[in-house]
Amino acid sequence: MVEYNFKKITVVPNGKAFIDIILSRTQRTTPTVVHKGYAISRLRQFYMRKVKYTQSNFHDKLQKIIDDFPRLGDIHPFYGDLLHVLYNKDHYKLALGQVNTAKNLISKISQDYVKLLKYGDSLYRCKSLKVAALGRMCTVIKRIGPSLAYLEQVRQHMARLPSIDPNNRTILICGYPNVGKSSFMNKITRADVDVQSYAFTTKSLFVGHTDYKYLRYQVIDTPGILDRPFEDRNIIEMCSITALAHLRAAILFFLDLSGSCGYSIVQQAALFHSIKELFSNKPLIIVCNKTDLQPLEGLNEGDKKLVMEMKSEASKSQGGEAASADDFLLTMSTLTEEGVMAVKNAACERLLDQRVEKKMKSKKMNDCLNRFHVAMPKPRDQKERPACIPQAVLEAKALEAAQKEGRKTEKDIENENGGAGVYSASLRKHHILANEEWKEDILPEFLDGHNVYDFVDPDILLRLEELEREEGVRQAEAEDGDEDFEMDGEDLTPEEREALQAIKKKKILLIQEHRIKKSTAESRPTVPRKFDKERKFTSERMGRQLSSLGIDPSRAIERARSRSVSRKGRKRERSVDRDGEDGMEIDGGSSNKKLRLRSMSRSRSVSRPFGEVVPGEGFRDSAQKMKAITMARNASKKRNKDARRGEADRVIPTLRPKHLFSGKRSIGKTDRR
Amino acid sequence: MRLEFCWFCSSKIYPGHGIQFVRNDAKIFRFCRSKCHKNFKMKRNPRKVKWTKAYRRLHGKDMTKDSTFELERKRNRPERYDRNVMENTLKAIKKIDKIRHDRAADHIAQRWKPKAAKERREARKELEQSISLIKAPLAIQSQEPAITVPKIKVKAPKQQTVEDQLMEE
Repeated sequence: MVEYNFKKITVVPNGKAFIDIILSRTQRTTPTVVHKGYAISRLRQFYMRKVKYTQSNFHDKLQKIIDDFPRLGDIHPFYGDLLHVLYNKDHYKLALGQVNTAKNLISKISQDYVKLLKYGDSLYRCKSLKVAALGRMCTVIKRIGPSLAYLEQVRQHMARLPSIDPNNRTILICGYPNVGKSSFMNKITRADVDVQSYAFTTKSLFVGHTDYKYLRYQVIDTPGILDRPFEDRNIIEMCSITALAHLRAAILFFLDLSGSCGYSIVQQAALFHSIKELFSNKPLIIVCNKTDLQPLEGLNEGDKKLVMEMKSEASKSQGGEAASADDFLLTMSTLTEEGVMAVKNAACERLLDQRVEKKMKSKKMNDCLNRFHVAMPKPRDQKERPACIPQAVLEAKALEAAQKEGRKTEKDIENENGGAGVYSASLRKHHILANEEWKEDILPEFLDGHNVYDFVDPDILLRLEELEREEGVRQAEAEDGDEDFEMDGEDLTPEEREALQAIKKKKILLIQEHRIKKSTAESRPTVPRKFDKERKFTSERMGRQLSSLGIDPSRAIERARSRSVSRKGRKRERSVDRDGEDGMEIDGGSSNKKLRLRSMSRSRSVSRPFGEVVPGEGFRDSAQKMKAITMARNASKKRNKDARRGEADRVIPTLRPKHLFSGKRSIGKTDRR
Repeated sequence: MRLEFCWFCSSKIYPGHGIQFVRNDAKIFRFCRSKCHKNFKMKRNPRKVKWTKAYRRLHGKDMTKDSTFELERKRNRPERYDRNVMENTLKAIKKIDKIRHDRAADHIAQRWKPKAAKERREARKELEQSISLIKAPLAIQSQEPAITVPKIKVKAPKQQTVEDQLMEE
């Protein structure tokens, strides 16, 4: 049977060892190399795999542990009790529960971190998440370390438990310590149990096997039981009590007549009486051991009486079963080996009888069933004798039937009114409303972009009133606030405003002028003036040179001066086509005018009219000059470059220069250039 | 039928518009148009995108705390239908709406007030500092400080008559 074999439970590793095993397995079986440059999905996958793999390993191992350890409710009650006695049921369950919790926690951790890993955006983050996940899982395992250690201890002990089949033929040996149970065991089976002179040599149950009438019997040796109240018993005694309680076995109660075990017959008898409830329905034999030291007949009266009492007790408990008196009380000596076989045979016989009887009883049931027969009486005459049903019942039944028929279902109505596609039932027919007329109301769902149902409220009017009051108050306050505010700020008067506008305009003009005037790369000549650095070409020089040639230079000098742009206080020449009525006809004409102009001092400067063509500038007429001025102004406006590429931005002048794309190489390949 | 709000821009989604996206954790995202949907797919945070209501509310551009919002609440338990209540509700909605709009407009006007004062102060300062550009300092000193004389426009003559020149001598 599966339940009693506890040797197949998996080894429960220590907390640290567990972590080491799993982590090293993860390290060995998942890929280990990853680089920063991989695609992010690949990185995520890499780390997610590790987390999931670790989690599944933990899960598997922990699940195996949980599965392998027997559930105390599922196994035979004998073993259940035995385990409870040995390991404490609660502690055991707790430990397994902790393992289970750990398993769930690890699953949760893995889920959470995988979810986070899905959105990891760098190698470092993914790696940190994986480290965190694994760390947390390991912490969980570390926390259940004590439980794992306990379970390992339990497993080791359970593996060494004797494999007792609770349903097989069993003989149980019990009694005080040192009465000779283990020696008897050694005599009839091949078990090699420790036999020593001190009490509690046998500390746990031992199993041996013996044969009788071609059948195998289990013989169970128990540790000695002391006569104590039930609560005071220690674990070792509880083992034997458990065995006594649960196993359907023949019981051999051992007595030491000589008292060399250290306990008198009185005490032993007292023990017997205290545990005799456990002997109910089990074939019981009182065995008097150590007869070589003290034969039964040699006992004193008191002891003998006690022994006889026990025997009568034994015979009573069995009912009217066994035949002779001998079957209940036997004597033997393990040292001299007399009576040992007799005891064994008697025990086996008794057990066998009982078991056979039980089996017979159950078999009889089946046989009896086969033999039952229901007799049908033959009809005496042809008279009809129908069942008699009272009138009230018949009426009630009729009423029910009528009701069922008369009720009109919705489906019927639908069919009447044209079928499924044509008629749609009014779902509000059975609604309970304050007023019946409201049942067919069309309910608005939206109004002005709001859901009407969000506003529905029985006391909406009250709240609306409140709100309107609030609003009124707020508006009044706002008005007051506005008035105050108006006083506070000083507005500009219209004159001030005009002045401000003029200032702004002037500023704009200044900026414009400056921009036109300033010497930037755009406005400076690209080729600097290298001509005439030493200023050799002066008008005096020209005059000397001309005069050396014999020509009068004065006219030439005049002309040159008039055309030069750099002279200060340049003469303004009247345009000839301006209306000539300004002239007092002055004698001499223009030259006299010029002289006069030059010699006169002015108290007030008069600027040149805007747009008038000055001969040295090179304009054809005034219109052209105006156009040039406008163009200059527009050019001086700052360009919005819109973050477009400028001169400083990288430009590859030639995309495929020939020297890079042609020719042979001295060393290397020309596969790609 | 219910009017929902777009997850990204918080505008109303009328029936027949937009897309709903249900994520694996059963959270529903509704979008009013593909612009919002595409922004969501780009994983943009609506709190950082200037034109969304989420941004505006977060940065105090729009009104957030007001008693009119409490009147509009999603109710999960249905109320028993009452025609009078429904009538009153319909009337109330209009009024509440109006009040809410007024208050929102006020909120925005409040935001602008400090700017007007600031502008006035700056104008005054500019006037003080740069008056020398249009008026000579002597001219200003000779006048009352509070009032600035409006600019006298002098039209430059195209021609100077000789008479004038002679006269100026």
